Amino acid sequence: MTESLYQEIILEHYKHPHHKGLRDPFDVEVHHVNPTCGDEVTLRVKVNGGVVEDVSYDGHGCSISQASTSVMTDLVIGKPVDDALTTHEAFLELMHSRGQLEPDEDLLEDGIAFAGVSKYPARVKCALLGWMAWKDATSQALSSDQKKDTA
Amino acid sequence: MGFDVEAVRKDFPVLSKEVHGHPLVFLDSAASSQKPRQVLEAERVFVEEHYANVHRGVHTLSQEATDAYEAARSTVADFIGGAHDEVVFTKNVTESVNLVAYALGNPGSPVPLGPGDEIAVTEMEHHSNLVPWQLLAERTGATLRWLGLTDEGRLDLSDLDAVVNERTKLFAFTQVSNLLGTENDVATLVARAKEVGALTLVDGAQAVPHQPVDVRSLDVDFYAFTGHKMLAPSGVGVLWGRDLDALPPFMGGGSMIETVQMTGSTYAPAPERFEAGTPVISQAVALAAACDYLDALGLDNIKAHENALTARLLDGIRDLRGVSVLGPDTTEMRGSAVSFVVEGVHPHDVGQSLDELGIAVRVGHHCAAPVCRRFGVPATARASSYVYNNEADIDALLEGIQRVQEFWSA
Repeated sequence: MTESLYQEIILEHYKHPHHKGLRDPFDVEVHHVNPTCGDEVTLRVKVNGGVVEDVSYDGHGCSISQASTSVMTDLVIGKPVDDALTTHEAFLELMHSRGQLEPDEDLLEDGIAFAGVSKYPARVKCALLGWMAWKDATSQALSSDQKKDTA
Repeated sequence: MGFDVEAVRKDFPVLSKEVHGHPLVFLDSAASSQKPRQVLEAERVFVEEHYANVHRGVHTLSQEATDAYEAARSTVADFIGGAHDEVVFTKNVTESVNLVAYALGNPGSPVPLGPGDEIAVTEMEHHSNLVPWQLLAERTGATLRWLGLTDEGRLDLSDLDAVVNERTKLFAFTQVSNLLGTENDVATLVARAKEVGALTLVDGAQAVPHQPVDVRSLDVDFYAFTGHKMLAPSGVGVLWGRDLDALPPFMGGGSMIETVQMTGSTYAPAPERFEAGTPVISQAVALAAACDYLDALGLDNIKAHENALTARLLDGIRDLRGVSVLGPDTTEMRGSAVSFVVEGVHPHDVGQSLDELGIAVRVGHHCAAPVCRRFGVPATARASSYVYNNEADIDALLEGIQRVQEFWSA
C-alpha cells in the first residue's frame, strides 16, 4: 500500500522520532501549524558560534510531517548554519520537484526517502512543516544575534 | 416510488473512473458532490442557446437569459418552500452568511449592534458560520456567545436560555453538522430565539442536499445553502430571507441600485439589492436543474437511502476494534457525514492509504476546528455518502479501514 509514499525510512522515523521533546537552552521558539490539517509543531533552536547547536521540538501530525521533522534534526544539528541552510534549500527543491528530481543522497541522507512525497502535492506541506519552522526559528536567532553584535 | 441507486449511478460519469487501479469509491460528498449528466446538459444548453448577461438588455438573448435566470430563482425558491423574491443567488454559504453579517452591521440595519448586545452561535459551526460573526462582533463591540457540545456530539441545550437571552440580537446555527453529522432540533432553537426577539440564521449546507427542507415551517429569518453540495456546479449559493427588504445592502455596484447620483444612491428592492454586479448566471440555471433532479428522486427517498447507508457504516465501524466515531452513533437526527478516528494512525495517513485503494474520504478539521478541539483530536477522517453511493461503497470503506490498520500496525 502506498509504497512510493510511505518508504520504510519514513515509517521508522515516524515510529521512533529523533531529537523529539523540547529542550533548554534555546535562543528562539516558534510554533507552526498546517491550517488545512491541524498539524502543529513547536520548535526550539540554539545557535552558537555559527553552528546549529540544538534543535528540539514537540508536536503532533501525520507520519510525513513527524518523520520529516525527525530527519531534519539529524541533518542540521551540529552543522554550520550555512551548511544547514544549503540542506534546507535542497530539501525544499526536492519537495517542489513533483517527482522529477534525483535527490542528492550525500546532502540529504535519509531525506531522500521523501522524494516520493513530492508526487503528492497535498502532502508537501506536511513534509515541510518542521523544516519551515526550523528556518523561521534560525532566521530569528541569527537576526537577534546581529542586533546583539551591533548593540 | 422506489429508489434505484444503480440507475442513479449511471447519471454520474465520474463513477466509472478508476483510481490507482481500483474503481472509484467517492465518499466525500459533504465537501462537494459529483454532478449528473442532466445538470451538465441543462447548463450546456443554456450557454449554447440562450446565454447573455441578465437584467441589462432589450435584445432577444438577453431576455431569454433573464427569463432562465429568474425561472431558476423560482425553482430554487420552490425547492425550499420560499418565494421568488426571497432568494438571493450568492457564491456559496460563506458569502450568504457574510452578506447578512455585513448588512446587519451597516447603516440602516434593522438590529443595530453595539456593546452589550450579543450574537449567539454553536460550537459545531463550520468556520463559514462562525468567523463572519466573530468579525461582526469585533466591528460593533457586540459579544459572541456559543452553545457547547455534549460528549455525544449534540448541542448542550442546558445552556440554551443563558446563551440565547434578551441581549441576543441574532442566533446563527447549523441544521446539520458537517463534521459530526448531528442534526439539530431547529424548532427548539428557533422557539428560544423568538422568545427573546432574536433573528435566526440557519446554515443548511448539509441539510438541503439530503432531506426535505421547508423554510416556512422551520420559521427562521435567514437560511443559507450552496449548490455544489447538491449536484450543481461550484460558484452558486443561496441566501433565503423572510424579509430581505429590511436589510441594507452588503456589496455595492451595478444591478443593485435604483437611482445613482454623485451625492448618493438608492437601492433596488430584494433580491436585486443583494446581487451587485453580473451574477452567477449559468450556474444558477444548473442549480435549478439539480433541484429538479433531486425532486424527481424525492427528498424523502434520498433521506431513507442515505440513512440505510449511514446505519451500515456506523454498524460496521462499531465492529472494528480501534476505530471510533465522533458524533451520533445512530441515524436518529443525523446526516450522512461520519467522522472517524483510527487509533494510532493520523487521519492524513488514513486518507492517503484509503486513496491508494480508490476510496475518497475527506481528512482534516473540515473547517470546524473548534469541534476537533472539543473532542481532543487534531483532525478526523470523514466519509459522507449521497444519492449515488451504494452498499458496495460502504463495504469497500470498511474493508479499506481494516487494510489501513494492517499496514500501519505492521
